[in-house]
Amino acid sequence: MSVKESSIDFKRCLIDTILAGLVALIVFGPIVGVVLQGYDFTLQPVRVAWLVAAVMLGRFCLSLFLQTSAGRRVADSFASPSGGVHVLPPDHKSMLRFVIPVVVLLAIAFPFFANKYLLSVVILGLIYVLLGLGLNIVVGLAGLLDLGFVGFYAIGAYGLALGYQYLGLGFWSALPMVVILAACAGALLGFPVLRMHGDYLAIVTLGFGEIIRLVLNNWMEFTKGPNGVPVPGPTLFGLEFGRRAKEQGHVPIHEWLGVAYNPNATLIFTFVALFVMVLIVLYIKHRLTRMPIGRAWEALREDEIACRAMGLNHVLVKLSAFMMGAAVAGIAGVFFATKQGFIDPSSFTFFESALILAIVVLGGMGSTLGVVIAAFVLTVAPELLRSFAEYRVLLFGIVMVLMMIWRPRGLVRISRTGVAIRKGVAP
Amino acid sequence: MDGIFLQQLINGLTLGSVYGLIAIGYTMVYGIIGMINFAHGDVYMISAYLAAIGLAVLAFFGVQSFPLLILGTLVFTIVITGVYGWTIERIAYKPLRNSTRLAPLISAIGMSLILQNYVQIAQGARQQGVPTLLDGIIKFHVGTGYVQLTYTKLFIIVVSLLGMGVLTYVIQRTKLGRMCRATQQDRKMASILGINTDRVISYVFVIGASMAALAGVLITMNYGTFDFYAGFIIGIKAFTAAVLGGIGSLPGAMLGGMILGIAEAQFSGLVNSDFKDVFSFSLLVMILIFRPQGLMGRPHVAKV
Repeated sequence: MSVKESSIDFKRCLIDTILAGLVALIVFGPIVGVVLQGYDFTLQPVRVAWLVAAVMLGRFCLSLFLQTSAGRRVADSFASPSGGVHVLPPDHKSMLRFVIPVVVLLAIAFPFFANKYLLSVVILGLIYVLLGLGLNIVVGLAGLLDLGFVGFYAIGAYGLALGYQYLGLGFWSALPMVVILAACAGALLGFPVLRMHGDYLAIVTLGFGEIIRLVLNNWMEFTKGPNGVPVPGPTLFGLEFGRRAKEQGHVPIHEWLGVAYNPNATLIFTFVALFVMVLIVLYIKHRLTRMPIGRAWEALREDEIACRAMGLNHVLVKLSAFMMGAAVAGIAGVFFATKQGFIDPSSFTFFESALILAIVVLGGMGSTLGVVIAAFVLTVAPELLRSFAEYRVLLFGIVMVLMMIWRPRGLVRISRTGVAIRKGVAP
Repeated sequence: MDGIFLQQLINGLTLGSVYGLIAIGYTMVYGIIGMINFAHGDVYMISAYLAAIGLAVLAFFGVQSFPLLILGTLVFTIVITGVYGWTIERIAYKPLRNSTRLAPLISAIGMSLILQNYVQIAQGARQQGVPTLLDGIIKFHVGTGYVQLTYTKLFIIVVSLLGMGVLTYVIQRTKLGRMCRATQQDRKMASILGINTDRVISYVFVIGASMAALAGVLITMNYGTFDFYAGFIIGIKAFTAAVLGGIGSLPGAMLGGMILGIAEAQFSGLVNSDFKDVFSFSLLVMILIFRPQGLMGRPHVAKV
């Protein structure tokens, strides 16, 4: 009996393979094989043949694998839902004690040897770390799917650009303003919506993100529409980073310090400020997850009805997560605008929201370390693989689908140090 | 003024009947597995490409007469888009039946990105188009101006109403429809009674995709151009229609589509056409805030 079970049924494999090949032929045949050229078309049967062959091979290997004992174990692990948080022993000391100082040292050393290109790539990575951290509070901790996250990012970037244009705000004065503005926008959107059933939230936020982009694009008098808006350079205590001071009474920093002009000065400043900001956000998030509010977020994600039965005000708890995430996205927007020096609505499409979501999904919902790594992987890797730029979105999509099937809770498991029972306390 | 109103009413009805067709896919899938099928808009986009391909291939084989051309394209597009619907469900949603609540939604967004990029790579990023198939206009004189109803628009309204009628018959009168309704009411109970619910869910995806395919052929006939990004905006609007009518309700989706189409056309005709998408999305947000169960839906009741 057991011998028969473990033997491999090749006939079934073959049938599976042929069926998969047929479906692949129907699916890929017209779209891949017939390329439209105006009202005419050209045939490309070779591409279809390769795709169908690849699908058949893949299906054959999968069928074979699922019939081995290892494969059956994998299949069984899918059938049972994966556990939530991994609890570590109470005396566990995280390796991050050593990693964080090393990272900080590296970051201090980084501007001294990096060139302009490397600096701007790392700044972009850090901006996405911020965005990922912000969305991770909303999606990962509170379990609210926000597909319009890019809207708050746009509010941050345009807050700086338009604030400079109409109110004369600079980098430092815009930063707190934008945090408040984005958080208010989050509250305005979230308050009526968060009472509802979870999936609707995804669509409302998606609509909100598109509304922001469309308004930025179409309100020509206020936002200059697709022409974009210039963004002021950053300053530090009134010192500018350009070769010559742009505003009356300002002094460029290299003259004030009496050193030679460094063309990367703006980028270096942005990098340092951004790095400090990421550390602050990381620290705040680290503390929040250990405070009652953070616990409430996670509890709400796991079981909303139980939470409400325990007396948690679910609207306020969700709203706090939503506003917190929005504020972080606003900060990221300010840094993005500063780095670019010029912004237009095309930077804030739905694709950005999906990319940030992919970061959170890949990194592990609720896991800080995972999000930081995933942000760098997903933003820096496309820079290195320029020749695959065409396939970038396809890869993001495949990553999202496969991750959901394979590990819905992300690559890095959320772990939490357990609490030791104190001696001398009455039971 | 009246002329513009009537003209936009006709445009709105055309647009609305197509929104209704796509909304059916959202509402049926939501009704049966409680999930927003994000990739549905992109299924519509695929069907638009398939329609253009079908037309081009048929024209290549020398088919000239309109009925033959449109019938061939419809059958070709509906069958292949149906297979797409089935495949998407099989790959991206079926393995996630017992997963967390967010997982299928994120998987659907991934699928949507995959479909967009796949078509972009396979067919190129440029806009595609089809020639005008039906010439001819009916003109009515209203007041000082006139209102025109093209044969294409008339054809779209008639065919989509026909499609909705057939679907209503299938759902209300046939065995398949009874299985769908039973699964929608209570999936566990239906499976106890001997219904293969996994298969029913697959059927629902195929039906939704076929309706989107019908919409794809019709919209392509009317506008003539489309690109790989076309599914996104129209997908959200069809979802708005589904929510407006009450998600999970089939007649609601059709009604919601009509209302949304007419409202949008009136807004762009009488107020501002630059902000018509903003108007539709704002409408979506407003409905979800003030009447989340929609016009014909039942209020959502959370059960422990």
